[in-house]
Amino acid sequence: MRVWRLPPEVDTDQLAPGATMKFGLDVVAQHCLAAIRPDFAVGVRPGDVIVAGAGFGIGSSREQAAAVLVHLGLAAVIAPSFAGLYFRNAINVGLLPLRCARALEILDGESVTVDPRGATVMRADGQVLPCDPLPGFLLDRVEAGGLLPELKRRYRHS
Amino acid sequence: MSATTLAQKLIARAAGRAQVQPGEFVTCRVDLAMFHDSSGPRRLAPMLAEVGAPIWDKDKVVLVIDHYLPEADDDARRIVRIARHWAAEQRLPHVYDGLGICHVVMPQHGHVRPGLFGVGGDSHTCTGGAFGAYLFGIGATEMLGVLVSGEIWLQVPETLFMRWSGLLTDGVTAKDMMLAMIGRFGMNGGRYQAVEYCGEAVQALPMAERMTLANMSAELGAQVGLVAPDETTRDWLAAHGAPHVDPAPWHSDEDAPGTRHYFDASTLAPQVALPHSPARVRAIDGLPPTPVDVAYIGACTGAKLDDMRAAARVLAGYQVADGVQLLVAPASVADAAAAEREGIVRLLRDAGAQFLPSACGACAGYGVQIPEGATVISSTARNFRGRMGAATAQVYLGSPYTVAASALRGRIADPREILR
Repeated sequence: MRVWRLPPEVDTDQLAPGATMKFGLDVVAQHCLAAIRPDFAVGVRPGDVIVAGAGFGIGSSREQAAAVLVHLGLAAVIAPSFAGLYFRNAINVGLLPLRCARALEILDGESVTVDPRGATVMRADGQVLPCDPLPGFLLDRVEAGGLLPELKRRYRHS
Repeated sequence: MSATTLAQKLIARAAGRAQVQPGEFVTCRVDLAMFHDSSGPRRLAPMLAEVGAPIWDKDKVVLVIDHYLPEADDDARRIVRIARHWAAEQRLPHVYDGLGICHVVMPQHGHVRPGLFGVGGDSHTCTGGAFGAYLFGIGATEMLGVLVSGEIWLQVPETLFMRWSGLLTDGVTAKDMMLAMIGRFGMNGGRYQAVEYCGEAVQALPMAERMTLANMSAELGAQVGLVAPDETTRDWLAAHGAPHVDPAPWHSDEDAPGTRHYFDASTLAPQVALPHSPARVRAIDGLPPTPVDVAYIGACTGAKLDDMRAAARVLAGYQVADGVQLLVAPASVADAAAAEREGIVRLLRDAGAQFLPSACGACAGYGVQIPEGATVISSTARNFRGRMGAATAQVYLGSPYTVAASALRGRIADPREILR
């Protein structure tokens, strides 16, 4: 998992710019983080992870800001803290948000391994960074691909 | 029973529990689910069809069409058409189409009352906290879950009490209080907990100003921003379609748990947030000379009737400076009509203001956009880079008084110099 390091307080309008909100995720994805990391949208590969500073996802309730990262194939976002609304949205669209107090020790371009159940991130040199464990029902939701598949199962026979 | 906060009481009621403790996960019954044309039908309709379940209680659903109006292009027309079509198909009983911005329109039509628990598909849904309602923003997929189940999970928050003693001086507003707090604690300083605004200065605020406090709790990173309801709340609601509310049960106990922060309203100067964060805040007297091209009075945060009255007090009998464009987008049609009746619209027009439709407009770069390279002073809530649609615009945030004073002087200016 290759790391994209981002600054603190990456906001929803950087992840999903307002002018792209009329369109689908394919268009939002082309402009994702354009204002702060123009190489991201073209360079990101499925399985990559974002490691960011505190307050990731501040701003709007637009869940495209989380869904666009799923669309681009990101495996997780690791940060010392998240905006609460973004954290909920991430879980609901199947993006793994990991709170890790020592996230900023991780370097840009480094290769890391994430263990969601064990709540750890293993760095390239084998060092293991602890994360805050997600409550089981939320981890299940992320692993199921978000809330939509869960609702489809629950209401299928109703 | 131990002493509890207003937030705990609101959640306990919605969870059907006698009491809840901070940190607990609970499931709450939802009294109100609001969404707009951007977060709502276009995203919810296909997912709802996929799930194949009906809306749990249409009487508890409110749809406000405000983001893509007036339709600027074919894509906007398509989004608005989807919203209208779906509302008709679902026979939604509470639809507000073109009447203004959701967070202002909702209480103006009696949908928000003390004790209520609800969600909205917009981050500024917390505006309803001004009425002692537990209202918070969620994304579209989570809204889908609410629409089919009528429920939502929550981790019971701690409360951060923001206690403001003293009284604000003339030309200083709730917006300045919020900018001061966001500057001090940062955009995630609320840690997704509950914030409660209290103290003499808060109790003295009219409803519109309390709404500004609650609204910008989003920029403080809180889940909700509450004001304990009182006679001011009751009287305002009685005049807006929600008579006979009882504010009495909805307050924090005196020794309720929480973190307490203290502020003095009487010494607060007008505050300005510098580009590109609502947390980069300075007192206005500490700013270098900053010429402006555009002055914007708009959004759910800063274009209610009281906000336009503030601008009018500054601009009465004057003309905005040469080269400055003053734009006013009233928060709701009702606010615009009241401003018209009071003569405020004419007064602001005479001063050089250009009126825009009552919609989200330039605040989030949805319709009207700010020109590239412009320096803007705005009464809105957010000045993220590019948010208003121009990546190179420099957006400063201030109160409606400050925006009006800046339009008049052609540079960011202290309204107290003019009101004096």
